[in-house]
Amino acid sequence: MRTTVPVIVAFLSGFVMVVSFFFNPDRTFIGRAQDVVLQWVTIVSGFTLVLGVFSIVRVNGRAVVRRTEDWPFKLATVISVFAMAIPAMLPVSTTSVGGKIFYSILPQSWGSWFGTGTGSIYDWLFNFVDSPMMETMFAMLAFYIASAAYRAFRARSADATLLLLTAVIVMLWRVPMGEAFLRLFGDSIPDYLNTFIMNGFNVAVQRGIIIGAALGAASMSLRVMLGIERTYMGKG
Amino acid sequence: MTDPLFYVFYSVTHYSLNSSGKTFLLALGFCLYFSFFSFAQSPDSLNQHPPILTLIGDDTLDIDEGDTLIIAVSSIDLDGTIPLLTAENLMDSAAFIDSLNGQGCLVFAPGFEQEGNYEILLIASDGVTADSVTVAITVNDITVFRTSRIAVLVFMLIFSGAVLLYTNWAKKGKTLFVRRIPGIDAVEEAVGRATEMGKPVLFIPGISDIDDIETIAGLAILGRVARITAQYDTPLYVPVRYPMILAAGQEVVEQAYLEVGRHDAYDKDTVRYVAGEQFAFTATVNGMMMRDKPAANIYMGAFFAESLLLAETGNAAGSIQIAGTARPEQLPFFIAACDYTLMGEELYAASSYLSHEPLLLGGLKGQDFVKVILVAVIILGVILMSFDIGGWFKHLFVVP
Repeated sequence: MRTTVPVIVAFLSGFVMVVSFFFNPDRTFIGRAQDVVLQWVTIVSGFTLVLGVFSIVRVNGRAVVRRTEDWPFKLATVISVFAMAIPAMLPVSTTSVGGKIFYSILPQSWGSWFGTGTGSIYDWLFNFVDSPMMETMFAMLAFYIASAAYRAFRARSADATLLLLTAVIVMLWRVPMGEAFLRLFGDSIPDYLNTFIMNGFNVAVQRGIIIGAALGAASMSLRVMLGIERTYMGKG
Repeated sequence: MTDPLFYVFYSVTHYSLNSSGKTFLLALGFCLYFSFFSFAQSPDSLNQHPPILTLIGDDTLDIDEGDTLIIAVSSIDLDGTIPLLTAENLMDSAAFIDSLNGQGCLVFAPGFEQEGNYEILLIASDGVTADSVTVAITVNDITVFRTSRIAVLVFMLIFSGAVLLYTNWAKKGKTLFVRRIPGIDAVEEAVGRATEMGKPVLFIPGISDIDDIETIAGLAILGRVARITAQYDTPLYVPVRYPMILAAGQEVVEQAYLEVGRHDAYDKDTVRYVAGEQFAFTATVNGMMMRDKPAANIYMGAFFAESLLLAETGNAAGSIQIAGTARPEQLPFFIAACDYTLMGEELYAASSYLSHEPLLLGGLKGQDFVKVILVAVIILGVILMSFDIGGWFKHLFVVP
């Protein structure tokens, strides 16, 4: 039962998605069924969000209670979860759900701090704490690329040397000064590089990988739909 | 190169070098000329060449009512200006967007009353001269069944037939050869190393949600890894980005511990939700890597911009690293920073390969059979198109 029901659900969901692809969504129910299944996915995801919050609070909260190593960081995580969530969920006015009771206790002028609108606590934390931190992490990628490139481009073998030479040519072409330099040898040189390296070798290899991956994904989907592959449930 | 400024700059740069062997400085001089002095050219000299408009894809397209068609165009102007892109003869439900960087796209989403043939003129202009391309679009009427998608149905039937045929042969006991995949073989070795060192194994099933097949593949491999860690009694950490993966991952790991008879060793927090934001997740996992120094990091699933941030941090922490993804744009990062990388289809083959079950290996063989057919079709297509007689053949594979 524990295995059979998920396999049946997986089969029916997959089958509906496949069949729906071939039918007119405007004139048949089966054509619209694809959207219905995707809506169910969204609804189920919403329920599981509670599980996520519960997990993050339990894991970090336990570390704080036990005073394990680096517990202040875990405390910061738990505080951050509630600092973002609670003000966003509170009623913004007396017309909101539970607003009348809430604003009989607190002044109505506090309403602009709650919810997710402009000027709210959530909005402030998102714009001035969350976004800058995300952007900082993303910006660090430049330095990580430099260190990975240094390791990848060391000319230790014939293959690595070829990679290095190709990379130098592509990088030279991608920067304006390098492009201007290459044009000295002919106006078409950058276009040739684009045609032969990027649109030629590069695209050919990428398409090979994509075709292989697409077949692999289709094969795996079929195995999941037919219940041959049950490892994603921990079975088999 | 008729600009007097060019000759002045060339002469100054050349004579200031006063000896041979300064080619680099001369080249630098040239680059500076092109970078900083080209603006001094007169407006007439800037418009020597008309812009070139390139359609990315075919100029004859089919689409079903209710579908959306996106046509991208790219333009260049050898004089250095950015051409202005426009479209003429636009019908209802169609819009053209000029990104103002020489790129643009036409979006057309015909309604269910727009059956017919349309021709749209796309124009790139630099203000003086222009280039244009005409795109012919046929909107197919759809009734109940989408006959224009019949090619997909045929391919699906061939593919499913091949997979089921090989699976059936495997069930009957036929021996199937599957080539060695070193990256998958290394998984057991990595967990063994972690056990010897008394350090944990970190497994990341990608950062996509459960509706991504790559995530399903990642979870299937997680089940195999969890069995090995359960047998060796090695700690396993599985940070996840989506609550759905949390629920599915916990189920997978618990079942794996149960099946090897080590349910007592299962910790519910083995799989933990850490953050919903992409880079918050990355920061948390990087922190785990630097603090706990896992002996092995296994990345299996869909990864995006965070792939290198994770893999480089793991490399710096001295962990043995095995990655697998079907995203071609992330593969170079993993190859540069990891010890083993599963590329594309190898990710989907991993769980079958690790299980050594003939039934699952049958699926892989069926997939290989279809790949042979596809290679033959591609070669035939290349030959026909090279002789300019492959229009009908190409049309067989066009799916609106």
